[in-house]
Amino acid sequence: MKKVNICVSVQNVSKSYGIHSVLQDIHLDILEGEIFGLLGPSGAGKTTLVKELAGLDTPTEGANYLFGQKMPNLNLVQRIGYMAQSDALYTELSAKENLRFFSELYGLKGRKQVERIEEVAEIVQLSNHLSKVVSNYSGGMKRRLSLAIALLHEPELLILDEPTVGIDPLLRKNIWRAFQSLKERGKTLIVTTHVMDEADKCDRLGLLRNGKLIAVGTPGELKRQTGTKTIEEAFLYFGGEQS
Amino acid sequence: MRVTAMVKRILKQLIRDKRTIGLLIFAPILVLTMLYFVFNGEDYVPRIGLVDAPESFVEQLDDRKATLSLFEEEGDAEAKIAEKELDAYIKFVGGQPELILEGSDPTVTGATMEWVQEAFQPRQPENAPQLKVDTMFGSDDMGQFDYFGPVLLGFFVFFFVFLIAGVSFLRERTTGTLERLLATPLRKWEIVVGYVIGFGIFTMIQSTIIASYAVYVLGMVMEGAFFHVLLVILLLAFTALSLGILLSTFAHNELQMMQFIPIIVVPQIFFSGLFNLDTIAEWLSWISYVTPLYYAADALRDIMVRGYGFTEIYINLLVLLGFTLFFMMMNILVLRKFRTM
Ligand SMILES: Nc1ncnc2c1ncn2[C@@H]1O[C@H](COP(=O)(O)OP(=O)(O)O)[C@@H](O)[C@H]1O
Ligand SMILES: [Mg+2]
Repeated sequence: MKKVNICVSVQNVSKSYGIHSVLQDIHLDILEGEIFGLLGPSGAGKTTLVKELAGLDTPTEGANYLFGQKMPNLNLVQRIGYMAQSDALYTELSAKENLRFFSELYGLKGRKQVERIEEVAEIVQLSNHLSKVVSNYSGGMKRRLSLAIALLHEPELLILDEPTVGIDPLLRKNIWRAFQSLKERGKTLIVTTHVMDEADKCDRLGLLRNGKLIAVGTPGELKRQTGTKTIEEAFLYFGGEQS
Repeated sequence: MRVTAMVKRILKQLIRDKRTIGLLIFAPILVLTMLYFVFNGEDYVPRIGLVDAPESFVEQLDDRKATLSLFEEEGDAEAKIAEKELDAYIKFVGGQPELILEGSDPTVTGATMEWVQEAFQPRQPENAPQLKVDTMFGSDDMGQFDYFGPVLLGFFVFFFVFLIAGVSFLRERTTGTLERLLATPLRKWEIVVGYVIGFGIFTMIQSTIIASYAVYVLGMVMEGAFFHVLLVILLLAFTALSLGILLSTFAHNELQMMQFIPIIVVPQIFFSGLFNLDTIAEWLSWISYVTPLYYAADALRDIMVRGYGFTEIYINLLVLLGFTLFFMMMNILVLRKFRTM
């Protein structure tokens, strides 16, 4: 078997806001070329963790390493594609103008820029709506545009915070297919979700609950360990064990 | 490259927002026009009653600058004042004139007093020496509007740029796009500089229109170079927008941004020379020296009224530049709150 490298390493990370503890002693390695799902109910601390990985926040204790280097580090940002939980788009501008703006920030110019914009629009199936002003977009379309922006500069690592919220089932399926093809091209994906049926599509899962990482493993492993048939049941099992 | 992207985006967003553009350009024009009519209106013509006045006295009165009416009884004149149809009346007690004023409006009282004092002035002999009047700066027919104009011009630019830049940056923060920007290779200084240049370009256009209107349509005095006026306004706009952006970090929503207007913007008018600074209480006068508008208004007045050039205004320009750089540094420091790298 070929040796796999560690892409992201979360080492003893804790985070608290004042007395409120949000992450507690998280220890986690994410491998290169896998789709890692961070699963947990709302308020579990998923966003807090992925923001730290994207360099937007710092842990109170411990440290995060990306590509073997400690975050936050501005030099690593170019290698990361980040999609925030809430759509951060310029609603006065058209989708194309948003894409153009962000591609310029990542240093894409000329022909390359035009090509990339076409490609990512194709992936999220917005090619026919690029000239629309974003304020006229539906929630699902905005989500897809945010995803397209994260993909623009062909990052090695994608950090996607609830990428499929508000997207209808058919499109959601297509988007997961796109994730698979990105993975096949050697990209690493971290996807947070609170939807259990998406969990089965990940290579490995981290179950997060109340700021604690209660289990890590492939969906199959987790189900086997708990003797359950679904991830949902496995989650409940681990959750029960903890409390 | 990345700064250019920021600048282009900011300008595009501004252009899309037709209503805000309208506000930025037409609101100052509207207010300046109104002030022009208020300040340059006709002189007030006082309405004065004469109670039981000797005929020889009435004959020699100049009735061009006042509306005169005669009364037999003092009571009638009093009643007219009460009905607001008369501003004052003069009665004669044992041959001595006595003036009774309505007295509630300082402008009316002033106009009345002026007329009365002129009326009772002893006649100048025919060949008395005439006092020749000359002004070093401006002219003796320079109106209030010309004196206040430069300050108001500066104030409008400061006010609107402060507000619009502040609100734009606030939105950037509340909609999450600021955080999104910080997840890109964009550097903090590039964000701040992008804002300064983007709004700077827009302000240049805005102030050229407003200043041209004030000078060429309303006829505001313009002794110096128009280019120097624009230079001062541009630097003032830089100050306003870097301060606006900085303060927006301390606001949670648009309403809280508005709350800075009475605290930060309005007091500047009082200390910027709209009112004579020598009459401000000693212990308060230092405030002038920390208000950007003071330096801009001083320079604008030097250019527009006194016709001064670059050598006389460069210190003011440097101070404005200093304010801008200081606020920009603070902005970059404050952005550390969102991203430490
Ligand atoms: N800036 C903050 N200040 C205080 N508490 C916060 C802050 N950000 C997040 N939290 C808290 O951290 C917890 C986890 O939030 P979050 O990471 O957004 O969860 P998730 O993404 O899993 O829904 C929540 O209880 C939330 O209230
Ligand atoms: Mg979240």
